[in-house]
Amino acid sequence: MIRTENLKKKFNEQEVLKGISAEFLDGRTNLIIGRSGAGKTVLLKLLVGLFGPTDGKVFYDDVDFFALNRRDMRAMRMKVGMLFQASALFDSLTVEENVRFPLDMFTTMTAKEKLNRVNFCLERVNLNGANKKYPSEISGGMQKRVGIARAIVLNPAYLFCDEPNSGLDPKTAIVIDDLIHDITVENNITTVINTHDMNSVMGIGDNIVLLYEGSIAWNGSKDQVLSSDNEILKDFIFASPFLQDLREAALARERRSGEG
Amino acid sequence: MYYRETTRQMNDIGVGSLVIVVLISIFIGAVTAVQFAYQLQESFVPRYYIGYIVRDSTIIELAPTITCLVLAGKVGSNLAAELGGMRQKEHIDAMEIMGVNTAGYLVLPKIIAAVVVIPMLVAIAAFLSIVGGYIAAVPTGLLSDSEYILGVRSFFLPNNINLMFTKAIVFAFLLTSVSCYQGYFVKGGSIELGKASTNAVVFSDILILLFDYLIAAVFT
Repeated sequence: MIRTENLKKKFNEQEVLKGISAEFLDGRTNLIIGRSGAGKTVLLKLLVGLFGPTDGKVFYDDVDFFALNRRDMRAMRMKVGMLFQASALFDSLTVEENVRFPLDMFTTMTAKEKLNRVNFCLERVNLNGANKKYPSEISGGMQKRVGIARAIVLNPAYLFCDEPNSGLDPKTAIVIDDLIHDITVENNITTVINTHDMNSVMGIGDNIVLLYEGSIAWNGSKDQVLSSDNEILKDFIFASPFLQDLREAALARERRSGEG
Repeated sequence: MYYRETTRQMNDIGVGSLVIVVLISIFIGAVTAVQFAYQLQESFVPRYYIGYIVRDSTIIELAPTITCLVLAGKVGSNLAAELGGMRQKEHIDAMEIMGVNTAGYLVLPKIIAAVVVIPMLVAIAAFLSIVGGYIAAVPTGLLSDSEYILGVRSFFLPNNINLMFTKAIVFAFLLTSVSCYQGYFVKGGSIELGKASTNAVVFSDILILLFDYLIAAVFT
């Protein structure tokens, strides 16, 4: 589990995060949602330690992350996998070499063991046979899957995903969402996803944190989204008239089934 | 992984720069020989001094300094662009999150490789400059074969070789560390990356010239 306590972040005089206290649970897909500029990316980068907080704490299973020295912080990061918005695959390495990179850096496995592990991870993300391809030779969705394979190759306890669906068509986005969700449940990983994709919210939102102007405006699960009266949540999730109509229809259906 | 990265950098910096170093060093030696021959035309200075002057000027000054100034342009801009590109594409962030010591993995092998390989390139440059001087001076009749070789073998101070390698090592360290710094800490987009690449070359060149003077002042 990851927990934040009154997490604040300022850039010069601009306060981007204004005291975030939240819990991100094991074996669940925890979503950070919000409009552009709400502080989602800053929060995610704080959670993984790419930024330091102005104030507040981040706990990884009761370990105060920012109280660790550099060495221990690096050791902790070996338990972390991250999928970047643009995948961040190393262009000059093949798919296999990209996924093998963490194994080369941190394990003493033999070449055969590494290959087996790489093939297992590639198979898990349905990319068998893509070993020798370069990132430029595969589609955006495949790059995301390679990114997931690389993120899980060391069996992480924590998985972070920065807008995993950006730039993908709705169908591929759902495949990626389901993949992340399945891996999270299978391995009991604490997964934190930064997104503003409504399909993700309603599909895999086990625990949702809605940020608004640097503060938490709402916290709940996908099952509570429809019935919530939170105006900021409604305004964000059901932004278009089409989605508002869908919400009304869904609520009416729920009411009818309740009466029946 | 660190060893493999270091050898890869040695190959990129060393083998990758060999052609340009060979070309410039032959021409430096040739130009030095021709110009000194021109300046000594009306004097009583023996002509074999041309070989001596080509040897010493290339070993002490031209081989390490010109080679490293050229390498600052070729290797320095390349290093800054490579690291800057990695920063912008979040490759460095990805490595940081994996727990990789990115400065150690990305910068240190480049510095070690440069400090090992660039002195070798400078030694090759010095040798080829002397050969270049021979090619420019002897076949064209500026002086005879035996005069040039006599000049090259005269008044040799072994300490000049130490001076050449000292300069080469210091310049190699300067050009790689400055360039890596510019690339590693780049912020912004493609314009900033271009600026970082330019700054890498400009600052490396300035520091190389400054330290060239300091080393000359201290060691001679």
